[in-house]
Amino acid sequence: MKAWSLLAVIIASTVTADLLQSHEMKRHGEIQDFRPSGLRRVLSALIGKRNLILAVACMAVSFFAFMALVQVADLSFAVPASAGSLVIETILARLLLKEHVDSRRWIGAALVACGVWLLAL
Amino acid sequence: MNPRLRWKTRIFAAIVILSNALGNLSLTWGLRNGAGELTSPLSFLRAIFSPWVSLGICLLIAWMISRMFLLSWADLSYVLPVTAFGYVLNALLGRLFLGEQVTPARWAGTLLIMAGVILVGLGNPHTGDST
Repeated sequence: MKAWSLLAVIIASTVTADLLQSHEMKRHGEIQDFRPSGLRRVLSALIGKRNLILAVACMAVSFFAFMALVQVADLSFAVPASAGSLVIETILARLLLKEHVDSRRWIGAALVACGVWLLAL
Repeated sequence: MNPRLRWKTRIFAAIVILSNALGNLSLTWGLRNGAGELTSPLSFLRAIFSPWVSLGICLLIAWMISRMFLLSWADLSYVLPVTAFGYVLNALLGRLFLGEQVTPARWAGTLLIMAGVILVGLGNPHTGDST
């Protein structure tokens, strides 16, 4: 039960981090200048963004929960099961970020969901 | 793709897969052997500075950096399917080095997840214009 609770924390924090990151990076626009000076400019433009700070905090929560999870559950369960975030991310990318999700991506997410269900057996 | 870039891509893909799997293995090994129970913020901090956990964190940082580098010239639709092999490698390392019992259902689940990630990765990474 503890393992499933930790997995839920990992998935929820990963999903939140990815959504915040994606939202903020899309707002910033495509990065085209990969020279050191260009990357410095991008970094200084992004460093104080509230959404990115929250995203990093969520990633930290996800990492600490992962540390706790591998203490109580098998690694061969923890790593694949955390891919369950892909399913929720796909649904939320469609609903919140208004992304177009094609059928191949829906089938991929469904396969991941079935895989996580098999891990639970 | 020129041969030099092809080799660079293969080498970085291997680094991404191996650093992730070995990082997770080292982290798990350290957390189960001498890092103590994670019950308070202080216990997390103590665990982070234990040798195997530190090595695991360093390898996971190497994984993040090498993945970022790889993504700077390779498509996400290439990186996701190739690195999805890491799920199987993690299960294999858990079985071999941590003595975990990987049941047939767990193998099947891992393979399904890998197939799902590959399928997602084969799609168009930029779908904004298609709506």
